Amino acid sequence: MIRDITLGQYYPADSPIHGLDARIKLLLTFIYIVTLFFVNGLVGYVFVILSLAAVIRVSRVPLRFMLRGLKSIVLIIIFTGLINLFMTPGERVIFQWGFLTLTMEGVLFAFQMCLRLVLLIIGSSLLTLTTTPIQLTDAIETILKPFARFGVPAHEIAMVMTIALRFIPTLLDETDKIMKAQQARGADFDSGSLMERAKSLIPILVPLFISAFRRADELATAMESRCYRGGEGRTKMYVAKMKRKDYQAVLLGVVYIACIFALRYAVSAGIPFFV
Amino acid sequence: MSITINHLTHIYNAGTTFEKKALDDVSLEIQDGEFIGLIGHTGSGKSTLIQHLNGLVAPTSGEILLNGENIHQDKNRLKEVRRRVGLVFQYPEHQLFEMTVYKDVAFGPTNLKFSEDKIRKNTISALEAVGLGEEYYDQSPFDLSGGQKRRTAIAGILAMEPEVLILDEPTAGLDPKGREEILSLIQEMHQKRKMTVILVSHSMEDVAKMAERIVVMHQGKVVMNGTPKEIFSCVEELEKMGLAAPQVSYVVRALREKGFPISPDIFTVEEAKNALLALLPHNS
Repeated sequence: MIRDITLGQYYPADSPIHGLDARIKLLLTFIYIVTLFFVNGLVGYVFVILSLAAVIRVSRVPLRFMLRGLKSIVLIIIFTGLINLFMTPGERVIFQWGFLTLTMEGVLFAFQMCLRLVLLIIGSSLLTLTTTPIQLTDAIETILKPFARFGVPAHEIAMVMTIALRFIPTLLDETDKIMKAQQARGADFDSGSLMERAKSLIPILVPLFISAFRRADELATAMESRCYRGGEGRTKMYVAKMKRKDYQAVLLGVVYIACIFALRYAVSAGIPFFV
Repeated sequence: MSITINHLTHIYNAGTTFEKKALDDVSLEIQDGEFIGLIGHTGSGKSTLIQHLNGLVAPTSGEILLNGENIHQDKNRLKEVRRRVGLVFQYPEHQLFEMTVYKDVAFGPTNLKFSEDKIRKNTISALEAVGLGEEYYDQSPFDLSGGQKRRTAIAGILAMEPEVLILDEPTAGLDPKGREEILSLIQEMHQKRKMTVILVSHSMEDVAKMAERIVVMHQGKVVMNGTPKEIFSCVEELEKMGLAAPQVSYVVRALREKGFPISPDIFTVEEAKNALLALLPHNS
């Protein structure tokens, strides 16, 4: 149950996607997310879905790992869908009941929004599934570095993120262990009224917080005893270098953007097949 | 209460690249009132095995029988299984959460919906058993020493009146005095309350001294199963698995090599002392 959260969970595999420079992956994911909101028209979405499917296929991460990430936002998707379904003004009314009006435009728009959300989550979980947290934060640090002169604490942000990501699996394991320990004492987390269930969280949360504080304290001591003092003058053990395949990936990204905008133009120009 | 484990296999994360076979066709019979020592290298499957015994983890295949009854037969009775098979986790003090020692120990019996009277009786008797007197009842468990915290946590299990007591490395990280207290507590539970005890330990000394039978696990399988004498006489095999015999048995072996007529079946300090005293001339 607790292992359903895929965010920040790396799926080890030997694939071209795993081997890409994390900075490139981050950039491409960013572009992908932005372009998602430029897509329109059936052909555009088919193109995005096919591209995503191709990348997933190449990444060798089983599809159900991506879908597991969706589980946690199912409610948000449904909510977005419902709001858009009834709140979109339009002319082609399907039916009207009190203040609720269902229009053809609403149906289309709601479907579009939900599809975008799903594609967004799958796309971004692809990034975290194929990139180790360390690579990812390293990439974020390099990308943020130019802003350091404007007072952006690039290194500190990256370090905070590294530590946070690093502790997600640890704390999940810890939660699992505490839950089991309390279950061994007859605790029951799955039944009872809402109030009872909320109360049954206390025996998990208190030990979990204590353990998190203890770990934080130990980590701080360990970092200090190794003379950690922030980012200034720090060198890297692994320096990321762009390779041939990274340039190829960038090229593919450019082609992708071009396609998205070409399709968008085709739709807005009203070329029959694309509308 | 007897425990029967039939062809138990457990696979974590089945069907993914994280797939890991933690238990591989384990069969084991534990009689009522036995004291079992469970040893094995880190990752040998000990913890997974004991979590099966009170139904915290469900088997991938195979079954666990308590007094001949499959524990997963009736989901509603799992709580009862957990009461009867008390499992003390590693570092059990990490699960303390209540405001006072008394309330924390009463957590188990309260969950089991015991009557007010029985909750009070059990809590007090469990705290008494672990040697925490009335002056501790209203203290915060977080203000106690390491050994006291651990005893509080063990009391939390004892208050549910288990018939089987399973302890996962109960002495890890304690000072010698704390270790001694915990071990004699376990000994007492076994001897006076006739509890079946399963002790998971990395200390060959503790296991040699206390267990009647030792089960050795390696890579998810039960590889050895016998009396301490039988197990610890196979030193080479144990060492191959990253384990060892009790330290005193190495002393005994060295003495034998030097020509002292001392029995090779000595695995506790007490036995070694007696054997050596017997060897000494009586007038000394």
